[in-house]
Amino acid sequence: MSTDSAVWPSTGLASRPLVDTLHEWITTVDHKRLGILYMAYALLFLVVGGIEAAIMRVQLLRPHNDFVSPQVFNRLFTMHGTTMIFFVLMPLAFGFANYLVPLMTGARDMAFPRLNAFSFWLTAFGGLLLYFSLIGANGLYGAGNAPDVGWFAYAPLTSKTFSVGHSTDFWTLALLVSGFGSIGTAINLITTILCMRCPGMTLGKMPLLAWLNLVMSGMVILAVSPLTAAQLMLLVDRYLGGHFFDTQAGGSAVIWMHFFWIFGHPEVYVLVLPAFAFASEIIPVFSRKAIFGYPVMVAATICIGFVAMSVWAHHMFTVGLSSNANTFFVLSTMAIAVPTGIKIFNWLATMWGGKIEFKTPMLFCIGFLFQFLIAGLTGIMLGAAPFDWQLGSSYFVVAHFHYVIVGGILFTTFGAFYYWFPKMSGKMYSEALGRLHFWLFLIGFHLTFDFMHIPGMLGMPRRIYTYEPDRGWDIWNLVVSIGVVFQTLGIGFFLTNLIWSYFRGRVAGSDPWDAWTLEWSTTSPPPAYNFASIPRVKSRRPLWDLKHPDDPDWKYE
Amino acid sequence: MNPTNIFAPVSTPADSIFGLSLFVLGVTAAIFAVVFSLLVYSVVKFRKRNDDDGREPPQLYGSNQIELAWTVIPVLIVVALFVATARVIASIQRAVPSRNAIEVIAIGHQFWWEYRYPGLNVVTANELHVPLSDPDHPTPTLIKLLSADTDHSFWVPRLAGKTDLIPNHPNSTWIDPHETGLYLGQCAQYCGTQHAKMLLRVYVQSRDEFDRWIQEQGQPAVLNDAVSQGRRIFETTACINCHTVAGTVANGRFGPDLTHLMSRDTLAAGAVANTPENLRLWIGNPEAIKPGSLMPSMGLNEQDLEAVTAYLETLR
Repeated sequence: MSTDSAVWPSTGLASRPLVDTLHEWITTVDHKRLGILYMAYALLFLVVGGIEAAIMRVQLLRPHNDFVSPQVFNRLFTMHGTTMIFFVLMPLAFGFANYLVPLMTGARDMAFPRLNAFSFWLTAFGGLLLYFSLIGANGLYGAGNAPDVGWFAYAPLTSKTFSVGHSTDFWTLALLVSGFGSIGTAINLITTILCMRCPGMTLGKMPLLAWLNLVMSGMVILAVSPLTAAQLMLLVDRYLGGHFFDTQAGGSAVIWMHFFWIFGHPEVYVLVLPAFAFASEIIPVFSRKAIFGYPVMVAATICIGFVAMSVWAHHMFTVGLSSNANTFFVLSTMAIAVPTGIKIFNWLATMWGGKIEFKTPMLFCIGFLFQFLIAGLTGIMLGAAPFDWQLGSSYFVVAHFHYVIVGGILFTTFGAFYYWFPKMSGKMYSEALGRLHFWLFLIGFHLTFDFMHIPGMLGMPRRIYTYEPDRGWDIWNLVVSIGVVFQTLGIGFFLTNLIWSYFRGRVAGSDPWDAWTLEWSTTSPPPAYNFASIPRVKSRRPLWDLKHPDDPDWKYE
Repeated sequence: MNPTNIFAPVSTPADSIFGLSLFVLGVTAAIFAVVFSLLVYSVVKFRKRNDDDGREPPQLYGSNQIELAWTVIPVLIVVALFVATARVIASIQRAVPSRNAIEVIAIGHQFWWEYRYPGLNVVTANELHVPLSDPDHPTPTLIKLLSADTDHSFWVPRLAGKTDLIPNHPNSTWIDPHETGLYLGQCAQYCGTQHAKMLLRVYVQSRDEFDRWIQEQGQPAVLNDAVSQGRRIFETTACINCHTVAGTVANGRFGPDLTHLMSRDTLAAGAVANTPENLRLWIGNPEAIKPGSLMPSMGLNEQDLEAVTAYLETLR
């Protein structure tokens, strides 16, 4: 088994100087290594963002707490949101896409390997730039001045008048730079998927993961562009005498919101489509059945891609748009629930009649189904604009989007880590530690985010560093904060599992799950060139065909 | 009884939203019940048994009828939800203002609320008084929403949904509370350091009480010779650059109008109760009460601080 394709510095460290290994990793253009770099980067920032959240929850344990000052708290929620979206979830999405798309489509690498590396390093640098603000920004508050304008940085709070110093500029530039990284990877994914599939793999035969990443990439290009434009306009306002968003000079605060949310809403679909991709690969394997309704799953994905571009102002229902505008956005928002809901039914139907094995990846996907269902339903509540006039900008929204992001996206991503860890490392993870992670994190997640809906319904707005004791929010905030402990333990076991299993796990072999897509046909970990000879496929499940020559898929598709 | 519960409306906009919310909650609860049951059932019924024969289950790739059904039914649900929602949007946003409406202009500041009653010549801050509205002869309050600086949001859950105050983008909202009392809320759009303590207090009063309040608020400031020293310090320090005391030289507009400061229950937009100790602390060291607020510490010595506090204590 060749080790020069090793995922990590091989355990035979004496054989190579460390500097050579580091050099290899820093200069790599191999999609698998870049994928792992993205994932490792994301996990690091997951811990950082988690610490930021934990500090906020300590501050909100009880009313009028003084664990941190309002200035620090406001920086914490800004950094937490920005970090999690741009430097955890996006890198996770791109990391897994990078690793899996060429393997699952029978390609040797991505279409543009050097662009791939460049995109990763742009994203990585963006994150470092954001955190450099802690020591580099110069403002009224002295040294240590991270941005404090919220992750969506509404104007005119971001103008020079109200945000003195450079903390806002670090936010702007970090997103500008990493945005180009995102666009680069999107271009790469689209080209790879459209041009480099192996013989026999028509678009109708490629794994759903490839479809979902294709649509995601299209959305990245459409969504990141307005964000980039907005960042440039903000810089012009702050430094070149522009007044796009400068309301005191006749500029428009609302236009910033439009630009931001035209990015921001498709962005959340960019984040969730890879989660759907993981579920669409994991659930069939652990139910021992093909995905139910592949063509409709593809159609629903494309539908989501389009409709997602038309719903953005549901983030602006309270801003004072006309009743016609509000009504339109209610319609588009509710409409997108249809293709999204259909997917849940298809996943359920995949499990129906199957033989479900509750390995760790499947546990997380079942959690995802339950939680994404609830998240979708609270989304419908928020989509009914007048209901949003009460629930919007409150802890109900915070609960809703964490339900999607943590309960939906992070759960399937954990599932993906466990499912593909054997492929990436060649070792099996510990099932016992995996279960411990699942149950602890599940308990913590529900303690925090179920009960978080209640203060929202009782009038608690978001982004407040403290609250009044006469509002009846105390007990709920306390329970919400306690959940953090369980989540932290869960993540601790997760990281331990990854590291311990890499060194001490038993050998996984090429196909530990008896799965059906192309990545399981090559070694674990795959060689640098992925496949010894170019695969040729006849159906959506090439390995099923090989394992069941009497009953191949292509007879039925 | 929770003072900011969105499910305890006392005013028509909040009532309409409450009605819609019951419908939406009912529909979503039903969807949840169905899908959750199917999930639980499939996880239990189709789990791999211990005595499994190791063969793959029958592979089912899809079903046109089932997929059509679970497309059509959600579409119908969406249509129902949409129609219900559209009606409530229209009923609130397109409500025709009654001729008996009280008009208020609310101007959001970092981190306090300015209220002007243009027809009634009253300017006040942080504590909004409105008349009770009899459902049979409504006397709603129309609130125009402006901002002097960043984005804010006016949210008093029991009275109405929130509407933002955005500079250079005037908005409006309306309330017609049918029960007297004090209704709480707070700013719901992050506006800077002390967003958390930009609290809202809306006093719904009987028509008589409201008229009396208006009358009192319209008077110029009480002139009391006993506190003339404090008044002199106030009027010769930068205080008058930010604050107005009607009938005196103080006519600043950056900070709250103080003409009838002592008619209010709280200070600093609800941050603390309006007591002499708190007032003294607020003037002497605002950072102790609301760190990051735009009220500067005036650096008064003990004596001057006592005098100014005593002066302000006379502004009923």
